[in-house]
Amino acid sequence: MSPAIADLSVGDEVLRAQIVVDRARLVRYAGASGDFNPIHWNERVATAVGLPGVIAHGMWTMGAAAGPVADWAGDPGAVVDYQVRFTRPVPVPDPGSATVEVVGAVGALDEDAHTARIDLTVTVEGARVLGKAQAVVRLG
Amino acid sequence: MPVDTSYAGREYPPNAVYEVSRVKLAEFADAVGANHHAHTDEAAARALGHADVIAPPTFAVVVAQRAESQLFTDEAAGIDFSRVVHADERFTHHRPIMAGDRLVTVLHVDSIVERAGLAMITTRCEIGTEAGERVATVVSTLAVRPEEAA
Repeated sequence: MSPAIADLSVGDEVLRAQIVVDRARLVRYAGASGDFNPIHWNERVATAVGLPGVIAHGMWTMGAAAGPVADWAGDPGAVVDYQVRFTRPVPVPDPGSATVEVVGAVGALDEDAHTARIDLTVTVEGARVLGKAQAVVRLG
Repeated sequence: MPVDTSYAGREYPPNAVYEVSRVKLAEFADAVGANHHAHTDEAAARALGHADVIAPPTFAVVVAQRAESQLFTDEAAGIDFSRVVHADERFTHHRPIMAGDRLVTVLHVDSIVERAGLAMITTRCEIGTEAGERVATVVSTLAVRPEEAA
């Protein structure tokens, strides 16, 4: 069921999720997306270019953060606009994993277009990794 | 070699058709943890009014990057990918991408500006069907670090 605009107010928290990412996940995303930049799977290359180690694809993080939005919307096709800034890399240790936390709140409501702008706060260990992360969702 | 700012404003001809498969959509959805059934179950997608399984919101990057490569693999443009950082990304969906779509992309280089030693390159991919229906617009900005700082 898609949310109804009458039930929403600006500032409402509408979603909260935690997503775990490990190296195997990054290799899977590399294959699925076609982005084979070695900084996302090769520690030697990543540290050689000055990174703390292998980092997640920014596009993986953006894609992962969209999942809870699509679930809340009830239809992934209702996400009509989605934008982010990549503000901080997400190091993914080996062995181990990183946990991305996604919190979404209503940033704006458009009665005419029948949409809600969901502002996402996307953090790893308390630090924001995406900026201006906004998804516009068409409501039922 | 510095980035050639004269590429700003350039528009490329439509690229080769990208045919969207159910298998690819399922693979991509799994990789980003998009668990909604509309990505993998045709009946679930139809129940929401879609003609077939639909793509996750960021799948359009797979289509767009094929068009963007026309710019990035052009040596004369001077974009060294080892010095590139992804700055921002935006997807606008005119309708969902779905299995069976045959998509062509027109790449636009919207701007190339120098800012604090970085070259900021903004590209726009207009993705549509072969028949001319608009499907998605993908705007991406990359920052290219100067060679000295690499």
